[in-house]
Amino acid sequence: MKHTIMAAGLSVVAGAAFAQSPVLTVYTYDSFVSDWGPGPAIEAAFEAQCACDLQFVGAGDGAALLARLRLEGDATEADIVLGLDTNLTASARATGLFAAHGITPEGLTLPVAWDDAEFLPFDWGYFAFVHRTDLANVPTSFEALAASDISIVIQDPRSSTPGLGLLMWVQAAHGDNAAAIWEGLADNIVTVTPGWSEAYGLFLEGEADMVLSYTTSPAYHLIAEEDAGYTAAAFDEGHYMQIEVAGQLAGSDQPELAKAFLEFMLSPAFQEVIPMTNWMYPAALDPAALPDGFESLIAPAKALLVAQDEAPAIRDAALATWQAALAR
Amino acid sequence: MASRARPLSVIHWTGAAMVALVVLCVLVPLGAVMARADWPPSLGPGDWAAIRFTLLQAALSALFSLALAIPVARALARRSFRGRGALVTLMGAPFLLPVIVAVLGLLAVFGRAGWLNDALAGVGLGRIDIYGLQGVVLAHVFLNLPLAVRLILQGWQANPAERMRLATALGFSAREMRRHFEGPLLRAVLPGAGLLIFLICTTSFAVALILGGGPRATTVELAIYQAFRFDFDLGRAALLGLIQVAICVTAGVLAFGAIRRQEVGAGLDRPALPWPGDRAWARLFDAAAIMAAALFLLLPMLAVALKGLPALPSLPPQVWAAALRSIFLALASTMLAVALALPIALLTARLARPGLVEMLAFLTIAVSPLVIGTGLFIVIRSIANPVALALPVTGLVNALVALPFILRALVPAAITAEATQGRLADALGMGGLARLRHAILPRLARPLGFGAGLAAAFSMGDLGVIALFSMPGQGTLPLEMYRLMGAYRTDDAQGAALLLMALTLGLFWLFDRGGRLDAATR
Amino acid sequence: MLQLDNLALTQDGFTLSLSAVVDRAARVAVLGPSGSGKSTLLSLIAGFLQPDLGRILWDGADITEAVVAARPMSILFQDGNLFPHLSVFDNVALGLRPDLRLSPDQRDRVAQSLNDVGLGEMGDRRPATLSGGQQARVGLARLLLRDRPLALLDEPFAALDPGLRAEMLALLKSLSERRGLTLIMACHDLRDAERLCDRLWLLADGKLVLDAPMAGLRDAPDPVLQPWL
Repeated sequence: MKHTIMAAGLSVVAGAAFAQSPVLTVYTYDSFVSDWGPGPAIEAAFEAQCACDLQFVGAGDGAALLARLRLEGDATEADIVLGLDTNLTASARATGLFAAHGITPEGLTLPVAWDDAEFLPFDWGYFAFVHRTDLANVPTSFEALAASDISIVIQDPRSSTPGLGLLMWVQAAHGDNAAAIWEGLADNIVTVTPGWSEAYGLFLEGEADMVLSYTTSPAYHLIAEEDAGYTAAAFDEGHYMQIEVAGQLAGSDQPELAKAFLEFMLSPAFQEVIPMTNWMYPAALDPAALPDGFESLIAPAKALLVAQDEAPAIRDAALATWQAALAR
Repeated sequence: MASRARPLSVIHWTGAAMVALVVLCVLVPLGAVMARADWPPSLGPGDWAAIRFTLLQAALSALFSLALAIPVARALARRSFRGRGALVTLMGAPFLLPVIVAVLGLLAVFGRAGWLNDALAGVGLGRIDIYGLQGVVLAHVFLNLPLAVRLILQGWQANPAERMRLATALGFSAREMRRHFEGPLLRAVLPGAGLLIFLICTTSFAVALILGGGPRATTVELAIYQAFRFDFDLGRAALLGLIQVAICVTAGVLAFGAIRRQEVGAGLDRPALPWPGDRAWARLFDAAAIMAAALFLLLPMLAVALKGLPALPSLPPQVWAAALRSIFLALASTMLAVALALPIALLTARLARPGLVEMLAFLTIAVSPLVIGTGLFIVIRSIANPVALALPVTGLVNALVALPFILRALVPAAITAEATQGRLADALGMGGLARLRHAILPRLARPLGFGAGLAAAFSMGDLGVIALFSMPGQGTLPLEMYRLMGAYRTDDAQGAALLLMALTLGLFWLFDRGGRLDAATR
Repeated sequence: MLQLDNLALTQDGFTLSLSAVVDRAARVAVLGPSGSGKSTLLSLIAGFLQPDLGRILWDGADITEAVVAARPMSILFQDGNLFPHLSVFDNVALGLRPDLRLSPDQRDRVAQSLNDVGLGEMGDRRPATLSGGQQARVGLARLLLRDRPLALLDEPFAALDPGLRAEMLALLKSLSERRGLTLIMACHDLRDAERLCDRLWLLADGKLVLDAPMAGLRDAPDPVLQPWL
């Protein structure tokens, strides 16, 4: 996006820090920093511009990230926390550790409006059930799925972010009817895994017909494996969104650098890395710049999202419903 | 009873210090988590159900593992055949695999799309469903049966060769063999082995979830996860951790109270001979037991190998780097684990109630790694940067977790050595270091090799603590494998899993060479 | 009478090869350094090992193929003779009936055997509570109880101190003389051999290099005996 402010700011910083580069510490989730995630490319791109040392610290997944932050409290060394999603932002805000970023993002590609003082989105996606293209009688809604005998594998909401996403999805789409939906789904569920990797692995091995994942998952197979055999099921009631955000910590010792990073995050240099490493939709990239193959992904008619401040309460209620329905 | 005339020497006080250290390493992190919690801590509604399910599946898993291990160990003890040594080593492998690798291997054989179901469907029979309590127990038996077999085999080996010959000369039948050899042996080995397996299963997380089939299969570990991640309720997490300690102590008291000390004479190692009371049907039974165990344990590993083989040549270099890092870490952990275990084992050999001390060491596997890891994180943060200490802390925690296994292998041997060669050494006036080196340690060489092999293999496969402390670019092999899985790269992940399995097995075999029963049983 | 007829066994590069005869009621000491084949020889006679060549005959009957339990002999090892979970009485009784189902008559015989070795009061004790010498006596009691004509002893008292050993050997001598027991004992000390036995076999590298009566051995010693004097 706007390079100029950042470039000006950073050149000052670069000039000032002659003896040693300032260190920007970014806490994020583990798959971001892995060699196959966005981390390495982003680190290289940012360090080229900032004359600083960008250090990623990986901490499990989004929820573990927040837990780690709460554990560290004011003494945290993080300057930026990147990778929370909208289910967690209310709790994150409540810690009082985040500072207002003061940036007005432009050109966001989110299907919903974004107005948040502390957090900026960097990528997003829709949850969806992914299946092989040769699956017969693909359901077009939760009710259809519950009525069918298609087997699904899902994740546990208590230990997995997509698992929680599914919970919120059913809740947001069906409200009071959620319990009935879950009871109907009980016989479709093969098993509930601790995390996304295990579930997806099970699906690929043929243990279930469908797996809870993202609409963008088939893009990996299409682009990286040149395998067009996977697609996602489009549900009439809409799909729940996962919006991943980043925020700057009030106690950071590098506030200008942190802000510069947030601006960098919304710039093409960062955003272009996202699609083929994180396999999500970049939040601030022109859709025309998406890699070939992304256009074949299903586009849900409706985007569902629970308001950030309502999320914790709804989450707890949804969990209780889920447990009651499945624990039979 | 051998007289306790000799005073405890330096090595024994070291042992006491090590025990104290181990207990501190568990209780201090637990305390650190409690200290950060709100008072009073309380349990949530689902927690009691989680505790019940945890105890149930752990007890069943231990029971089945032991019950199935007895005939398999007997069969291995009394038969010799080509490849026996390799089989014994290989059969130890499932125990050493990272859980997720083992589970995927099991599913490849027993899952809905697995070989067994395909075979059943092929002959027109109905499909079996592994998901549920049965799957959890099956997976736990898969993971722990090898350990049980090895511990019982060790018990068989502790019989002096002369006593076997005596049995032959006296014309023992199979019934007398069971009564005078197997019975005392099992009474001595089973409670400790059962306790170990029970405790491992109580902290089971991934197995219970993936194979449990749903929220009914919630374990204490998952409840702790929920407390940390979902609710950030440290008090509840710490309370659950305390409950795990209580479970360990209770089970420990019961188990160690049940052990009948295996008193054996000093046997000189000699070649084996035909088993007293052997019959044709016994041979058949043994062959069947061995084949069934071999198939059950090896097929899933074969599945892992087959899936991973194509990807092996093209693994990314980071995976190989991580493999090397894992190996070094494993070696360091092993040395530390042995340094901890040996003095403790020697100390317990001198005590009237060895079970008590050993039970304290078992705390390291009874308490949730998440609680300990988080507690350690809190403690370390106050003095240093945790990320910088990631590898040493991981090494320490791995050593702590391996400790109960090494002890279970070492303690019976140490007690025997103390009672037999020790007496000899005393008669010869040997003291201190010389006594240790010449009389005691040679008898411990075999179980020490086995235990060190376990520690090394554990460390290779560890995924728990490193994740909390990890730094990018410093991952271990299991972590890289997990990252590959998380990045959709399942082929590479399977290749990494095969590499992990091969390295783990290799390390174990290397250490165990001395401890592995040689082809002639003695 | 025991006949070892061209007995030969090769094992792990070591070859044992000899022929010899043991008269009834003779007490033979098999002397030799470690690795000379003493234990192997005893194992062959007992039946734990099968010879590659040759035959073993007892009173003219070929027992080379007979299983261990069917041979007319009892064995006493250096250690491992006792089962720690059984009482002294039961340990001895194993010699009569492995299933420990004894008739009253048999129980008396066990008690008698214990008396013969001076352990009459110790029937209820566990082996672990006994001294080394007492444990050796228990093994001896069982051996005598079995009442087989041939007794094989594999360095049975080696772990005991010299005084105790001498005592055990004297006991064994008097008991075996009383019963006319034929006895073959492996040992590595000439003085022990002299205390108990009346004939000496000297083994070296698997060969019998000396087969002579004990009496008068020291007066005109064979050169091969030099290291043992």
